Amino acid sequence: MDTQTTCAGGASQRKMEAQQTILEVRQLHKHFPVRQALVDTLLHKPGKTVRAVDGVSFSIGRGKVMALVGESGSGKTTIARTLIGLEEPTSGEILFDGQMLDDSRRHTRDEPKTPARISLKCLRLRAQMVFQDPYESLNPRATIFEIVAEPLEVHGIAKEAQEREKRVTTALEEAGLRPAADYFLRYPHELSGGQRQRVVIAAAMALEPELLLADEPVSMLDVSIRAEILNLLRELQRRRGVSILFITHDMGTVAYFADQLAIMYLGRIVESGETFQVLRNARHPYTQALLSVVPVPNPRLRRQRMILQGETPNPVDIPSGCRFHPRCPLASERCRHADPELREVEAGHQAACLLVG
Amino acid sequence: MQTPAGGASPLSRPVGLSEPSQNPLLSVRHLSTDFVSLDKTKKGAEVAHALEDVSFEVCPGQTLGLVGESGCGKTTTLMSVMRLLSAAGRITAGEVLLDGVDLLDLSEREMRRYRWKEMAMIFQGAMNALNPVVPVGDQIREPILLHELMDRPEADRRVEELLDLVGIAKSRKDQYPHQYSGGMRQRAMIAMALACEPRLLFADEPTTALDVMIQAQVLELLKHIQAELGLAIVLVTHDLGVIAEVCDSVVVMYGGVVAEYGPIDAVYNTPQHPYTQLLLEAFPDLNRPAETLASIPGTPPRLNDLPPGCRFGPRCPKYWGFCSEQKPRLVEVTSMASRQAPFLQQHWAACHLLEEVASPATVKEND
Repeated sequence: MDTQTTCAGGASQRKMEAQQTILEVRQLHKHFPVRQALVDTLLHKPGKTVRAVDGVSFSIGRGKVMALVGESGSGKTTIARTLIGLEEPTSGEILFDGQMLDDSRRHTRDEPKTPARISLKCLRLRAQMVFQDPYESLNPRATIFEIVAEPLEVHGIAKEAQEREKRVTTALEEAGLRPAADYFLRYPHELSGGQRQRVVIAAAMALEPELLLADEPVSMLDVSIRAEILNLLRELQRRRGVSILFITHDMGTVAYFADQLAIMYLGRIVESGETFQVLRNARHPYTQALLSVVPVPNPRLRRQRMILQGETPNPVDIPSGCRFHPRCPLASERCRHADPELREVEAGHQAACLLVG
Repeated sequence: MQTPAGGASPLSRPVGLSEPSQNPLLSVRHLSTDFVSLDKTKKGAEVAHALEDVSFEVCPGQTLGLVGESGCGKTTTLMSVMRLLSAAGRITAGEVLLDGVDLLDLSEREMRRYRWKEMAMIFQGAMNALNPVVPVGDQIREPILLHELMDRPEADRRVEELLDLVGIAKSRKDQYPHQYSGGMRQRAMIAMALACEPRLLFADEPTTALDVMIQAQVLELLKHIQAELGLAIVLVTHDLGVIAEVCDSVVVMYGGVVAEYGPIDAVYNTPQHPYTQLLLEAFPDLNRPAETLASIPGTPPRLNDLPPGCRFGPRCPKYWGFCSEQKPRLVEVTSMASRQAPFLQQHWAACHLLEEVASPATVKEND
């Protein structure tokens, strides 16, 4: 079966029907049960859950870069894993190109009966993930050619040897590994960290996806290499029109790279909007604190920092009311009880704080 | 532990080092370290010149940053100064003066008295540097007892004092490292380093694995401790932002040599070495969302296969023929700084393009 025609009626048709929004997430929840001690199970104690993602909604415009920023444990990686089907959402909806992800049909690649639904296999053909650690995400026993050709093989695309080689060559060269033929028979250990991350990106781009989910793609790389990879992703976005969900904890990279920005805290988005709006006019106290502690590489700009005390609470016991109130310098009595929703503070800029808007 | 070869031979001091107004606590001069790999399959030993001619100074109450990419010799510098190199490491030249005493001349037994008591280290990766089966409090107490500074009950009180200083509740001293969060483990490491009241603290990537808010907390703690105890700190990191926030002076390293050395403001605002210039342009800055980040093509050199001449030559945009012929010398680049200013106040860089303009008098002798 030819996947390309079944999955979305072919690329040309795809373009004609293209939605303005490539990805929409509505009220996504992902809770993980905590393993209980045997005694507690026998006593029928209620099980605890980690609310890793707790009601997140956002959308990414076609050809745009959206950054999800948060500290570890804020749920940003869980969101990416849920989007690509590595985790099943507890509740909520994921719409890709206007079609709802049909998780019940995980393993079919046929067009689902209802046209408004997309199967996981189809989604994975059109959305690809770039993982954090290029030292661990490449099979050490596969050659670069095999690594980049594997997605094509899995999806049954470009079955002829010649065509496959052509697509692998294009993918590698677009990722900046030129001439591509020099890399075909090499193994990951022969490459530097930056080159490896380029291979990861080439493998993701081999299927010509419409959406890249990049989970901290540069955090393991040195400064000089990091800039190269960021420039490469940006070039791919401009030239190929690929949309990117960029997951990071590094505000500096975001300012350079993203069109839209969403700040996460304990499984929720606390502020979102156009990047320049959020950076220039941060309204949520958490965003303000986060921005104030980002190290600025200029000793003349040392400034008063707003250092939050303590650490992000455990997502098993999420505080009542506003989940940020125990660490918030501005918290009032009201914040203990009322859970703020994201509200518009200016056009296209939302914040979830009782004190603003 | 190896004995330093050639450590005793005094090398000439760089010009400008004479008569500093404030006496440096630590002065590293022309330090060179090799790693010798005894590969039996190959004939002879393979030598990697991990450090070559590294010099810097730190005064009490000041923070020096060592910055560079992975494999540039930052950690090796610290390990050489502490004389904690692995068996393959050899210090081949240079002096490490701590308050006038050359540490490279000391016997291993004498050296032991200096570690922890005079200078202590916060190791990279607090997750792995703590012993998982010993309570944190006991680990902090260990160096105190080992140096026989006080008896057990007194040491226990000292541990509580130290935990208090770094912001950990005393009640948690009997807990194990796995019960601590990442930020708390790093605080415990700092408490341990301070146990014997050292005058000099080495911090090797103390905030690398931490979230930005926890990183800010740890850096704030280091600053607070420094103000309280008047410590000299050498901070090793690859994060240019962290250096800019906390350091007074900075050494930029590349491929085992010093590329640039000077006061923080001079190095960041008037960088002289092409590597420093590119590195600063490649670092994303929140206040300067540039269209494209500068990238440095190529990769840092392997230390057992160094390019001839300038080690940055093959990646340098300003490369010219002479760069591969001769190693550049560290020259003073600020003409405005008076010659009498302490070494710390001066701005040095190692690039052939600067040698022409630098006055010959400032060029280091005996190279």
